[in-house]
Amino acid sequence: MKKIRAVINNKKIECQKEQTILEVAQENGIEIPALCFHPDLNIKAICRICMVEIKGRKGLFAACATKIEPGMEIITESAKIKKARKINLELIFARHRGDCELFRLAKKYKIEINRFSFRKGDEPVRKFGPAVVFDSSKCIDCRNCVEVCENQGARFLEIKGRGHLLKITPSQKQTRDCVYCGQCIIHCPTGALEAASNLKDVERALKNKNKIVVFQFAPSIRTSIGEEFNMPYGSIVTEQLVAGLKKLGAAKVFDTSVGADFTTVEESGELLEKLENQTGPCLSSCCPAWVKFVEFYYPEFVSNLAAVRSPQAILGGLIKTYWAEKQDIEPKKIIVVSIMPCVAKKYEIQRKELEINGLKPVDYVLTTREIACFFKKRKINLKKILGEKADDPLGIPSGGGVIYGASGGVMESALRTIFDKFAKNKPLRIEFKKARGMEGIKKAAININGRPIKIAVASGLGNAKKILEDLKRNPKLYDAVEIMACPGGCIGGGGQPMPTNGKIREERAKALYRIDAKKEIRLAHHNPAIKKVYRDFLFSKEKIRLICRTKYFAKRREVI
Amino acid sequence: MDKQDIIAKLKKHNLLGRSGSGFPTGLKWEMVRKAKAKKKYIICNVSEGEPDVFKDGFILENYLEEMMEGIKIALKTIDNSSAYIYLRKDYYEKFKKKLDALTRNLPITLFKKTGGYLAGEETVLLNAIEGKRLEPRMKPPYPVQFGLFGCPTLINNAETFYCVAKIAKNEFLGTRFYSISGEVKNKGVYDLPENWPIERVLEKTENLPAFDFFVQVGGGASGEILLPKELKQKAKGQGAIIVFNRAKTKPEFLLKKWAKFFLESGCGKCTPCREGVYRIAEMAQKENIDKKTIQDLFFVLEETSFCSFGKILVPPFRSLIEKIMKKGK
Repeated sequence: MKKIRAVINNKKIECQKEQTILEVAQENGIEIPALCFHPDLNIKAICRICMVEIKGRKGLFAACATKIEPGMEIITESAKIKKARKINLELIFARHRGDCELFRLAKKYKIEINRFSFRKGDEPVRKFGPAVVFDSSKCIDCRNCVEVCENQGARFLEIKGRGHLLKITPSQKQTRDCVYCGQCIIHCPTGALEAASNLKDVERALKNKNKIVVFQFAPSIRTSIGEEFNMPYGSIVTEQLVAGLKKLGAAKVFDTSVGADFTTVEESGELLEKLENQTGPCLSSCCPAWVKFVEFYYPEFVSNLAAVRSPQAILGGLIKTYWAEKQDIEPKKIIVVSIMPCVAKKYEIQRKELEINGLKPVDYVLTTREIACFFKKRKINLKKILGEKADDPLGIPSGGGVIYGASGGVMESALRTIFDKFAKNKPLRIEFKKARGMEGIKKAAININGRPIKIAVASGLGNAKKILEDLKRNPKLYDAVEIMACPGGCIGGGGQPMPTNGKIREERAKALYRIDAKKEIRLAHHNPAIKKVYRDFLFSKEKIRLICRTKYFAKRREVI
Repeated sequence: MDKQDIIAKLKKHNLLGRSGSGFPTGLKWEMVRKAKAKKKYIICNVSEGEPDVFKDGFILENYLEEMMEGIKIALKTIDNSSAYIYLRKDYYEKFKKKLDALTRNLPITLFKKTGGYLAGEETVLLNAIEGKRLEPRMKPPYPVQFGLFGCPTLINNAETFYCVAKIAKNEFLGTRFYSISGEVKNKGVYDLPENWPIERVLEKTENLPAFDFFVQVGGGASGEILLPKELKQKAKGQGAIIVFNRAKTKPEFLLKKWAKFFLESGCGKCTPCREGVYRIAEMAQKENIDKKTIQDLFFVLEETSFCSFGKILVPPFRSLIEKIMKKGK
């Protein structure tokens, strides 16, 4: 690509053709404030905060929407720019209440927060299931959520009205519903959309002397939560995280990746069964937003979803049965808290069909952001803490269980197990690189005993929709499909640290594969921890059904 | 006539688009003609939506054939093109029959405008035809490169097509249509030289008042307020001239009227417009206007609005406040 030379604030810079002023400024460490801009999304240029001047041209230009041209001289700070940003911020502030990126800019530009009277006081705060909270009084109509919701194929958030009456609101249509993916949250610049918090519930549980609080943490948290403590993207903090959770008062800390190993064993079994019986494609089911998406928007595919519980549900179930029995603890006394990259996991744990003897396998889900907030509140700094290993007997996963956190990981782990168990064409293949990476849709045909298995891996529900539409036309197009609702998989989840964007997602995913590459045991069914559980506890079909299997249902709209 | 010829002629006459923005018509035609695409569109915009502008209706009533001729010339000049006539609702109802007859066997589609004033803006109009939300698009890319359904698109005002027909027949005399209204004896549309000073236009039409007055020129909402001593210039915008009797006119009333109009017309897309217009309307209700605050609003509207809507709404307010309301406040 051809290079372009230009000047920003008297500093010579080099950049690619077609790059915008904002992109280039960010690459060169020059701050231009921007609210409606997000690298994942289309350029909308509607907040009008990123205004800059260009020498020799009249007026101000939106840096997010203006492409750099050769020789362009750009000024990002001047009295005129400051004035424009300040007044627009004041106008935006009269549409917003709360603490966020806006406040930081408000301080910087010394705006008079009260010059314009607040004009959104009577908007109700709405809750979308147990997952998402939308406080319209913080919304500044940047539309990021609307775009992302459309990209996710849900089109649940809408623009209503025109002019000053315009507002962002959940759809009233009964044919649309929130799937709880939480992508709106990580693309919202003002905190108007947030996870429905369970932090107080967990704090209360930790204070309750009659309860035993057991934590588990999802695969992707170990390479993302470091960001909350100013560590570089892709820092691996598994042991620091465990130590931090112990400090909060966890009786035990187990690793959801061990749960993922169970999921792999069960799911690969089901996949082979579906192949054998030719009952159509097998769709992964560990992502609860994807599951809800199928149940609501594509109920005709419900029977294709693997009837296997997600890692957190299996692990939670084992904690309250297998582990409780071993420790001689009454299951009712145990509170299981999952640290998840996800807000849809809060929805998943409410599913009735997961209950075991009347108990939910998992009691509370906290997002990566919520637990980071909890750590900070308790002055626990993961950057400085001495690491600890997760607890026996559910603390050591295989490499396959760790890569669950990235798009393609579930498929790769399942293929490893299938190959090892059934393939005659050895040596064993461990890595399935075609399943990896950040592309939205990945396809491959894997040969096993002379028979090709057609696989598809997709992340982002918009891509999932394409796969389903393809399958509608030709049910034999794929044998095995892995879908994650969030771009890049759980490492890009709606509960993850902000910012989240393409580059950051990539770093988080790479780190998971680094962990896997160093693991001695990389195949789920080789994990001694799960072998032991299958031998000692999950020895009957009855038990496996109780702990590891589930059902899915066509759903009507749930959000009121 | 040769394709090059008409464009050369438009350039020679220095015809400027009659929508109000005044872009050179010949250049626009050339850009669309030269754009490489399998399909191109021509749109005749007959959707004037501003108060006191009524010349598009006048053209439909009196010069429909000329307007159609202009569109036909465009169809011939631009290869692989088809056309839309984008009509204000009432114009559509009234002239549908006539237009149906005139467009028979031609690749021309009539389109009934769905929105208000803003839906006359060229990129909002594109969204309207495509069935999208009525909001302006980002420019660049401009409609001449990426317009209707992504194809190069020529959008001209009804009056511009009328002028093209006149130029093609060598009958163009450098005139334009003035919509004259307000406190005048002879309200109406007049075809007079475009370079005449406003004063002369009023004189010629016997509309120059004997009483103390001021005028709004351009359109009945976006037009600038001019005092009698400022009438040596020619009319801008859409060529509307509205005369006000100074003694009888309450400027506060005008402020409120315009504010209401713009508040109801805006799309709500960008911050300065959505919020700024709301604040101006809020201030228009008050006894005293905070000068600094309103100047700040003008500043962000003119400097940072997404489209021209936010920019063109400032001059009427500013000129009224500065010229008419300054005394006693």
